[in-house]
Amino acid sequence: MRNLLIFITKYNAFFLFLIFEISSLLIYIKYNSFQKATFLNSSNQVIGSLYAQRTQLVDYLSLSEQNDSLARENAALRNQLKSSFYVDTLAKRKVTDTIYKQQYEYTEAKVINNSVNHSYNYLTINRGSKEGIEVGMGVICSSGVVGKVINVRDHLANVQSLLNKDTRFSVMLAKNKEIGYIRWGDDQDPHKGLLMDVNNNAQPKLGEAVVTSGYSLFPEGIMVGRVTDLHPKGGGISLNMEVTFSVDFDKLQYVDVVDNKLAKEQEGLEAQQKKDD
Amino acid sequence: MIINLLRFVVLVFIQVFLLKNITLYNLSTPYLYILFILLLPFETPNILLFALAFLIGLTIDAFYDTPGLHAAACVLLAFVRVLFISITVQKEGFDNEPEPTLSIMGFRWFFTYALVLTLFHHFFLFNLEVFRFSEIQYTLERVVLSSIFTVFLILVSGLLFYRRKERK
Repeated sequence: MRNLLIFITKYNAFFLFLIFEISSLLIYIKYNSFQKATFLNSSNQVIGSLYAQRTQLVDYLSLSEQNDSLARENAALRNQLKSSFYVDTLAKRKVTDTIYKQQYEYTEAKVINNSVNHSYNYLTINRGSKEGIEVGMGVICSSGVVGKVINVRDHLANVQSLLNKDTRFSVMLAKNKEIGYIRWGDDQDPHKGLLMDVNNNAQPKLGEAVVTSGYSLFPEGIMVGRVTDLHPKGGGISLNMEVTFSVDFDKLQYVDVVDNKLAKEQEGLEAQQKKDD
Repeated sequence: MIINLLRFVVLVFIQVFLLKNITLYNLSTPYLYILFILLLPFETPNILLFALAFLIGLTIDAFYDTPGLHAAACVLLAFVRVLFISITVQKEGFDNEPEPTLSIMGFRWFFTYALVLTLFHHFFLFNLEVFRFSEIQYTLERVVLSSIFTVFLILVSGLLFYRRKERK
């Protein structure tokens, strides 16, 4: 303490200088707005850049945590997306009519899985037995025939699409009502099918519409495609022609499942007739 | 004591009412008032020296509307004065030489003394006023030219009083 006092008195000029200089500088910076602003600004710049560097370092260290939290947030947001919800509000188009009893009931459905490049192509739709879908129902979309239901779960159903070697539908030429059946073409082109077994007397024209006949799952007159070639390879005894599908199976998004109310009756009746024969 | 008080008042008056209006080419501004600090007696205690420097600085600041600017420069000036005197003046000579004036200390010593102290004071003053390093060249020009002006005035005033004291 004594030594300290001696030291201070020995260099008193310096300490006095410090005291007075600091106080005058304080006055100066406090009462002169330009210098005040400059001083504060520059110190803020220094402090700011230091803080920025520190933050950069800390951020880098916590990158993995950040990643985790972002991933979690992504998942949470994805869960809120409309597409992740199973839509259980169901719009069945139904007509109550006292004169005409409704034969066909439509259930809209969304295609959630689809393929076009196999020999046996299937779709999956987001409706199942809980929504009244049953095996054997027809499936159409706004532009034409799609296929038929072959497998049903509670909320999902499998649809055997028209692009399947096993699929056969009864169809007819729109103009002269000549019956035939449609199947997928042999060269597995997702746009082309074959209209088989048409009566030889029919006089089909290029571009003629091919529609459902009403003898199978679908109502009469649903578009299937248009005749594009009258003499495809592999023709048989009866008249065959190439049909270009009106449905673009690549881009299927929404379909309608057709419930033919009379299908069971028809089946039962026809089965009984077979038995009778 | 009374002479110093009188000098304080007169120098502040000259500085504020005369020299404040004199600026050559926007570059050279004389600050003659520092003569008061230069001419304080050798035996002034350090605390009084600093207090007086601070006081005259604040007084000038009051007229220049720059609180603290001249005070800071004057405090630095006082510190440089203490160092300069402790280096160049023998302590035994204090009895015979009460004040560091031109007539007592001789032209060479007084000129160096005034020049060094003025340069320190002006350099600090101008830089503190500008408060930027980007204009350092212009600031240095002003420092040098103003110092020349100030030293010139100091020497003139020293010579003025030199004669009178010799007559006594």
